[in-house]
Amino acid sequence: MSAIALLVIGLAAFLTGYQLYSRYIARHIYRLDPDFVTPAHEFEDGVDFVPTNRHVLFGHHFTSVAGAAPIVGPAIAVIWGWLPAFLWVVLGTIFAGAVHDFGALWISTRHKATSIGSLTEQIVGGRARVLFLLIIFFLLLLVNAVFAVVIANLFIANHGAVLPVWGSLVVAVVVGLLIYRTRVGILWPSIAALLVLYVLIWLGQYAPFALPDVFGFAPSGSQLQAAQGDLSVAQEAASVDGVRTGWVIVLFIYAFFASVLPVWVLLQPRDYVNSHQLFVALAIIGLGVVLVNPEIVAPAVNWELPADAPGWFPLLFITIACGAISGFHGLVASGTSAKQLDRETDARYVGYGGMIGEGTLALTSILATTAGFAVFVGREGWVEHYGTWARASSGATTAFVNGVGVLAEGVGIPHTVAVIFAAVVVISFAATTMDTGVRLQRYIISELGAQYRVRIAQNRWVATFVAVVSCAVLALGLDRGAGGMRLWPLFGTTNQLTGALTLLVVTLFLARLRRPVWVTVVPMAFLLFMTTWAMVLNLVRYWVESQMMLLAVGGIVFVLELWLVFEAAAVVRRVVRGAVVVGGRG
Amino acid sequence: MTAGKIRTVWHAIRAKARALREIYEGLYVTPYRSQIYRAYLQERDLFLLSSFSDLLGAPNPVLFYTLELYPELIEQFHEWHVRMGMPQAPEGGFRCC
Repeated sequence: MSAIALLVIGLAAFLTGYQLYSRYIARHIYRLDPDFVTPAHEFEDGVDFVPTNRHVLFGHHFTSVAGAAPIVGPAIAVIWGWLPAFLWVVLGTIFAGAVHDFGALWISTRHKATSIGSLTEQIVGGRARVLFLLIIFFLLLLVNAVFAVVIANLFIANHGAVLPVWGSLVVAVVVGLLIYRTRVGILWPSIAALLVLYVLIWLGQYAPFALPDVFGFAPSGSQLQAAQGDLSVAQEAASVDGVRTGWVIVLFIYAFFASVLPVWVLLQPRDYVNSHQLFVALAIIGLGVVLVNPEIVAPAVNWELPADAPGWFPLLFITIACGAISGFHGLVASGTSAKQLDRETDARYVGYGGMIGEGTLALTSILATTAGFAVFVGREGWVEHYGTWARASSGATTAFVNGVGVLAEGVGIPHTVAVIFAAVVVISFAATTMDTGVRLQRYIISELGAQYRVRIAQNRWVATFVAVVSCAVLALGLDRGAGGMRLWPLFGTTNQLTGALTLLVVTLFLARLRRPVWVTVVPMAFLLFMTTWAMVLNLVRYWVESQMMLLAVGGIVFVLELWLVFEAAAVVRRVVRGAVVVGGRG
Repeated sequence: MTAGKIRTVWHAIRAKARALREIYEGLYVTPYRSQIYRAYLQERDLFLLSSFSDLLGAPNPVLFYTLELYPELIEQFHEWHVRMGMPQAPEGGFRCC
């Protein structure tokens, strides 16, 4: 199978989904009204509620939802072959993820731009609000821990990425100062920042940096076993653990300060530079696929799975989370985008279209790992890399960055530079998510402190410290960080649960309007079924392997999941009792 | 092509370029507009408090000088005391409302 064919099929499906399915939903289900007075107009204050150009809002929404997760998930999931990953990304995006994002934006617009959390309370009930907060708390905890490990692994594998990543922080601060302290405007500082960043990426190959191992861990039992008695190999693995631990600690120290700094100093300019990176990366990968046209060497369906790998059904649906459907998008859509929607009809372009962009990013990850990466390491190398579940998980981003390296080489960028570029893209996305994640956790801890009158928790330094330490403990608690990627399925589950909760809220609202609910009920039921089943399998696995920390975190997530299933069942009962016809005319 | 037509096309191109630049700059401002405005309000409130703390009963040794800012800050002062939960100005001397 040629990579171009897969790219064309995927993009054609996305385009068809946008043109036909989203139009059908907009006209017949959500019934968007161009004359509806959106909250941006009704409550216009120039601060939160601002009618915004739809292209600006699309760009803001898309760059807010796109991150490292749609890259990492598919890069792991191709272990089951490219076909299941491809089908879930394409069909999941069209029929679940985009409907979810579109729905969250629409329902929020119809409720004075209220956030999904508050809507949950209004529409489902007070109990569901608590459930929502708990799910969000665990989502942030897991995403911060996992992304710290992802970044640490990338720094260990790509020493050349260290200079551009940390250098880009200085560049971002300078851009922020130039924009807010001088009158130079936005255009030139951001173009200059991009140029400086690319110079740093080029310089990265000449100035690699390896963090020294200051911990000097002794080899663990599993490392000794894996080394088959060769002590030097086991010691080397333990040394990598030490370096990873060092990086994770450095990253959380950075996240601590980044999340308490004013946003204009670092987060805003950094986000902006990252947005450019996102579009540049998509263009380079797309062009690379067309020019190189590598063959996809991964099997369509991998029938000879490694011994430690779980079956694709149903684990696929929690491994690829953001690339197909993500509850996090609902928070962005309802929290900020809904307050800026100029016309209700823009919701289709911003919400549905934004998720199509995310699906495209996930598609490029499949292409980079199944075709580009295979050109780099050869067919045997690919099979070896995906020869164990552990290696496929911890090396997911390595496969992606090397795959992008090959595709970018086809565009004329030297391979070494291209690999550093791809590593910088993934690290920047993950780090920005960490900044925001720690900041949001700080807010939640402060809110809880205010609610239960714990004054010390309201102090921003204390709240940030608690957030950072809890994430770091989780990240390093699993085999000194080596098992950090084992948290990925739990992150995926929590993310899907948030998505299911949003779909539940939209369903109930549609039912109240006496409109067909199948567009949201089907993906919601699918998600709940798959995540429940996958979590049962995961918990059994953790129990058998005596992974107590994973069992504890997974157990909590599973309880939240059962709670959500209970709420969903209660909602369905209400819908049925109200004689609302599922699949009928509204 | 006449000079008039060239001018029209040129104006159209400039208008498009301006629109594109507005979209580009909007992408920078939009995501953080409200957070930055709130931070700005906090800074401004602190400045007003340090300038006119006498009005709230806290002695201000530089009031003699900061009073010079009164004409400049009168509108902001009104917004500030309303935001602080005081519908009327705390001192009668300030004729902002």
